[in-house]
Amino acid sequence: MTRLQLTPDGRLKHLLTLEGLPETLLHRIFELADSFLEVSTRSVKKVPLLRGKSVFNLFFENSTRTRTTFEIAAARLSADVINLNIATSSTAKGESLLDTVDNLAAMMADMFVIRHAAAGAPVRIAQHLAERGQTHISVLNAGDGRHAHPTQGLLDMYTIRHYKREFTHLSVAIVGDVLHSRVARSEISALSALGVPDIRVAGPKTLLPKELSALGVTVTHDLDEALDGVDVIMMLRLQNERMHGSFISSVAEYHECWGLTPERLKRAKPNAIVMHPGPMNRGVEIASSVADGPQSVILPQVTFGIAVRMAVFALLADVAPGAAA
Amino acid sequence: MKRLITHARIIDPATDTDVVGSLAIANDRIVAITPEPYAPIGFTADHIHDARGLVVAPALIDTYARLTGPVFERPERLNAELAGAAASGIAHLVVAPDTTPPLDEPGLVETLLTRAERYGQVDLWPLGALTVGLTGKQLAEMARLSAAGCIAFSQGDTPLRDSLALLRAMQYAASFDYAVWLTVSDPDLTPLGGIHDGIVAARLGLPPIPVAAETIAVARAIELAAEAGVRLHLLNLSSARAITHLARAKSEGLPVTASVAILNLTMTEHDIGEFDPNVHTQPPLRSVQDREALAQAVVDGVIDVVVSNHKTVGRDAKAYPFSESAPGVAGVETLLPLLLRWGEMQGLTLPQTLAPVTVRAADLIGRRDLGRIAPGAIADLILFDPNCTWKFDEGTVVGPGRNTPCWGQTLTGRVVELWRNGTPRPLSLSSPVL
Repeated sequence: MTRLQLTPDGRLKHLLTLEGLPETLLHRIFELADSFLEVSTRSVKKVPLLRGKSVFNLFFENSTRTRTTFEIAAARLSADVINLNIATSSTAKGESLLDTVDNLAAMMADMFVIRHAAAGAPVRIAQHLAERGQTHISVLNAGDGRHAHPTQGLLDMYTIRHYKREFTHLSVAIVGDVLHSRVARSEISALSALGVPDIRVAGPKTLLPKELSALGVTVTHDLDEALDGVDVIMMLRLQNERMHGSFISSVAEYHECWGLTPERLKRAKPNAIVMHPGPMNRGVEIASSVADGPQSVILPQVTFGIAVRMAVFALLADVAPGAAA
Repeated sequence: MKRLITHARIIDPATDTDVVGSLAIANDRIVAITPEPYAPIGFTADHIHDARGLVVAPALIDTYARLTGPVFERPERLNAELAGAAASGIAHLVVAPDTTPPLDEPGLVETLLTRAERYGQVDLWPLGALTVGLTGKQLAEMARLSAAGCIAFSQGDTPLRDSLALLRAMQYAASFDYAVWLTVSDPDLTPLGGIHDGIVAARLGLPPIPVAAETIAVARAIELAAEAGVRLHLLNLSSARAITHLARAKSEGLPVTASVAILNLTMTEHDIGEFDPNVHTQPPLRSVQDREALAQAVVDGVIDVVVSNHKTVGRDAKAYPFSESAPGVAGVETLLPLLLRWGEMQGLTLPQTLAPVTVRAADLIGRRDLGRIAPGAIADLILFDPNCTWKFDEGTVVGPGRNTPCWGQTLTGRVVELWRNGTPRPLSLSSPVL
């Protein structure tokens, strides 16, 4: 899946998925994020790298939190940010996705940050821009259906790197609703690319894709087995609409079987970190005492998210300081 | 009028014949095949056609295609579809009832047939709607539709959820010995915009369609057909497990036949690539193992026929992310080259490769005088160059369908002439987008 997102000389043109991205590029993003993390601690939290560039946030699916993090990241790079909540805009009037894109391209956008309910929508848009010769515009996938959420995957990896330094000796457990999770897919792609030797996935069969193990992970339906001696635990959100219906029996039983409680956490290594992409359902996939406990790195994830997104913007705009990856 | 085709490589799938020789034709019928470059004794040809370097085979019989778009409002749209089919050597085309409006009235069937006859290149063989409006509530007037020209009855791509209604429809069809042709996908297990529940669905996060969606529908159709005593044709099988059900029904002697779409014989889930909406098709492309099992089942004759499963979908309806795009792949114009590709993949002879779109397809529609090169058979023929490579693009497309993963690809095997009833017909070279 890298044909579209990398230029022939290996620079990042679009960020659509983490699948197939070279390890060197991931490390390049982390190193850039290191430098931007420092910017966020200054009293003037701004660098002029993206001055004069227009970043369009196109959110075809509602999201305040993710949109805000992209907005902050772009603003800290001095870009002009235009937010379009398309869920209530043109497409509601019947305009097609690609017509919307053409119109915004005509407004001289430099970057589209896209969230869409359909898997592959940002890929489709990037293909369309290429067909139209709009090669100066970069597409940044901010979450497409169940397919990918690459910046979330990157910030999760950045968080792991921050606490664990190396990837090649880690055991990582991903727990919960993988079937509907774009986050989980991006995490699996990135963990594999970074050489994590032991990736375990746990959840009920109703919430795991059938051929998941073909992605190079160990699948189990037993949470204790998944957590046994791991370094990192990545919990997934159980979306509200999955709580009722035929995916799980009840929230209470889900919490008992797949929720991360202090007792269960003891199965992991004593210095294991606990992650969650947010927003959390306390008492469902994670107990409050764990979410707020000493092993939780959920809030640092958010802080790192800004720096990682700044790094991605800088690479896409080809204005990153230092040598290209 | 007597014609002699000389120096041709003659392929008759019915008798597994592959010889270089001559073919004598009188009026609309084949008179004789000789392994010599001259006419049989007592046959004086009015015209001699030198077919050096070309294969002569029965014209293709494609037993499942959809006519989309304004085929009733705009005759030129129908003509364009037929021209596309003719370009690939299809002389006989079975069309699904889910046109707009559906083929549930004799008048619509007659209109379609009259217009196709006027155009003259391709004979249509319509499937009548099994139920009025394909809604599954009221039985269609099957006897009247049959009199108008329908060869069997079908729901097209619209499933009939109510098992009792399907049983009754089958019983009613069986009263007249009409066959029922069904697509097989359990609607509850077939999410919109879905793909095969395999590794690609796991990777791309597209909605999964399990194999059970097909096997449940196959088992249901077979059991209801056995109950009703109706002849059943299963359309477009996609999975290895469905073949197991089919083979068992056949071994029990039930009158069941089946088809597979050429795309499912030549491609797999992996061909979705980067969410290519032109590979969004029903049934979905499945695993490598499924493709291999389907291919073997065609070779073994468990699956009777190969079809284009043609469906023209316009650019606008494909201009969406994969799962929001309209399903369907244009197939008539690439049927022959993809068949030849499949034959080569499987290591088949030309007669074996062509059998599922000639003699076996003719048997399916009950015509023993079509799909063969034999004395007395109708001289519907194709002359094709099996080694000609050509690019399928705006320069070569004939019909309205561009929604195919073959678009822009180089294909091997091209029809040079289509003969209908003993006479060569000019093939359209191109037509406007309709």
